[in-house]
Amino acid sequence: MSMTNPAFQLIGALASGQMRIIDLTHTLTPEFPTLVLPPELGQCAPFRIEEVSRYDPRGPAWYWNNISMSEHTGTHFDAPIHWVTGKDLPNNSVDTIPPEKFMAPAVVIDCSEAAAADADFELRISHIEAFEAAHGRIPAGCWVLLRTDWSKLPPARYVNMRDDGAHTPGPAPEAVRFLVEERDVLGFGTETIGTDSGQAHHFNPPYPAHHFMHGKGRYGLQCLTNLDQLPPTGAILFAAPLKIRQGSGSPLRVLAFVEG
Amino acid sequence: MTEPLSRPKRKNPLKRTRLPLSPQPMRSRAAHLLTQAAAEGRFGLPTCLACGHHHYPPRDACPKCLAAEIVMAPASDLGQLAAATSVEVAQDLYFRERTPWRLGTVVLAAGPSVVAHLHGDCAEGDRVRLSWRLDRSGNAVAFAEPAVTTPNMSDDSQWREMTNDPKFRRILITDGRSSLALALAKALAQAGASLIFVGLADAWKPFPEMDAFKRIPGVEILPLDLTDSDSVTELAGEIGARVDILINTAEHIRPGGLTERTGVTLAREELEAGYLGLMRLAQAFGPVMKFRGADGANSACAWVNLLSVYALMSWPAYGVYSAAQAAVYAAALSLRSELRSGGVRVMNVFSGPLDTDWFQTVPPPKVAPAQVARAVVDALMKGIEDVFVGDVAEDIRARLAKNPKALERELGQ
Repeated sequence: MSMTNPAFQLIGALASGQMRIIDLTHTLTPEFPTLVLPPELGQCAPFRIEEVSRYDPRGPAWYWNNISMSEHTGTHFDAPIHWVTGKDLPNNSVDTIPPEKFMAPAVVIDCSEAAAADADFELRISHIEAFEAAHGRIPAGCWVLLRTDWSKLPPARYVNMRDDGAHTPGPAPEAVRFLVEERDVLGFGTETIGTDSGQAHHFNPPYPAHHFMHGKGRYGLQCLTNLDQLPPTGAILFAAPLKIRQGSGSPLRVLAFVEG
Repeated sequence: MTEPLSRPKRKNPLKRTRLPLSPQPMRSRAAHLLTQAAAEGRFGLPTCLACGHHHYPPRDACPKCLAAEIVMAPASDLGQLAAATSVEVAQDLYFRERTPWRLGTVVLAAGPSVVAHLHGDCAEGDRVRLSWRLDRSGNAVAFAEPAVTTPNMSDDSQWREMTNDPKFRRILITDGRSSLALALAKALAQAGASLIFVGLADAWKPFPEMDAFKRIPGVEILPLDLTDSDSVTELAGEIGARVDILINTAEHIRPGGLTERTGVTLAREELEAGYLGLMRLAQAFGPVMKFRGADGANSACAWVNLLSVYALMSWPAYGVYSAAQAAVYAAALSLRSELRSGGVRVMNVFSGPLDTDWFQTVPPPKVAPAQVARAVVDALMKGIEDVFVGDVAEDIRARLAKNPKALERELGQ
């Protein structure tokens, strides 16, 4: 066996405890909330599971299920083709994104205190600058993850739907533009149901994380969990969506490699 | 006078549950004229189309002129109880455990004499009202009740065998977010239901009617999502053996015919909530309800489906919805037959457009949720199984009986 493959060092570090894997993925369950749109629009299908057989006359020695869901259900990946601004880009769907994009470093901006105080918290350039002052400049080609601890909330508060729509934290348009144009990031990830805040349809442009990230061929990750276990810098994310032809996104397992 | 029904005691867990038995279910084809009338709660008599002679029992030919065309024609339901008797010992297993059982001969003002089951408040010589009722086998029988209302009339034990009275029964309303759910819960509480379970999907979404539900005595809100098999199975595991009447309020209404829609995602949602939802409920709650069909005064007795009358004939303006409703209707007919041996009656309640958001642009007459709720309770109390609520539903039913092709063309214009 050739040990010259550097990936073996990864396995070795994992075995020795020098490196750990943190699972940033929610379990797919029928109860997990999905994005809610006005009822006259098309809706995101929740996760559903139907038993095919369970060691019974339908299949005596085996257990398996049929599952169904939207591309945007549970912990999931957004490809550029998801948004109208990214519709004409090359390699913009989950099946055509080059696989080397699925492994990249991540920085974690902790806004959990501000989000706890204000459900409509907006990440601004000043927050990014403060982060960089403490942890250094955000490198090009990395994931920027917004930690809000939103994943710890019970479902009703997680969605936080009121008469005027959802109230959940997310980035201001200026911050997304800055990350894309000034820092050349790979993508933006959140704990909330979308990469944008609950009230982002009132922003200019509406849904800035979708608008700017996907418009420039960048990616999104949402419904992440365990961000509180990641260091501000130094984690590597493995986030590979399913290879769906012309897929706009996909549920996926998001793993973070961190120092042990 | 009828002894008022007292609240059933909790079951003795050491006693075996009494299994449902069926009274004699065989009927001639001619006798199903009565079944049809009983199913809709109408009265009439088998009548010769040629000579107009009323007769009973139903026959294949007129006993007077031998003409073969016999129809149900309206007739007075009043008569006199000429003779009454009480059966103390019965060979038939169903009646054997329900003796003493009163029977009598009613001489109808319209002519025929009919041997009928008797309400406890009818005495020999009394003026009585005769009706066709569905018994626990789902077939029509003659039932005589006092011509004037008596106290606690619907608590009579023989009457309750024919009806599905919600009094002291435990109800499951499957979808609390349906526009009909709140009105139903109120009407059922008023009719004496002891517990009203209300299913709530996606508890994380706001539910503005929560407080209104909680103010109704006996209401318990429980998680239930008809599009999720696990959710249905889980709730049936918990409360299945306590559901005496299940009311499926699943509701998914969208306008548009086949070509006006793009893709099938909406149609899938309609089938998930309606047709597959019914199937999930049937598999999870059906067997235990069927098992409990003779389980005392609060036995399992009825399964109510709230349907659009366009299940019976497509309304192309809501064409895909009509098709999904037709699927529910077809499944409900199968379920009716499957639950009948357990004495559980499947009731289909047909309404025209409801006075709700999804029919906002449809001109009146529209049906108010409270009107549907009243009709459901009334039909349960009478033991009816096919219910048409409001002018539109009545009109569609009549036109369907008269000339279905004309109805098809007219609805499509």
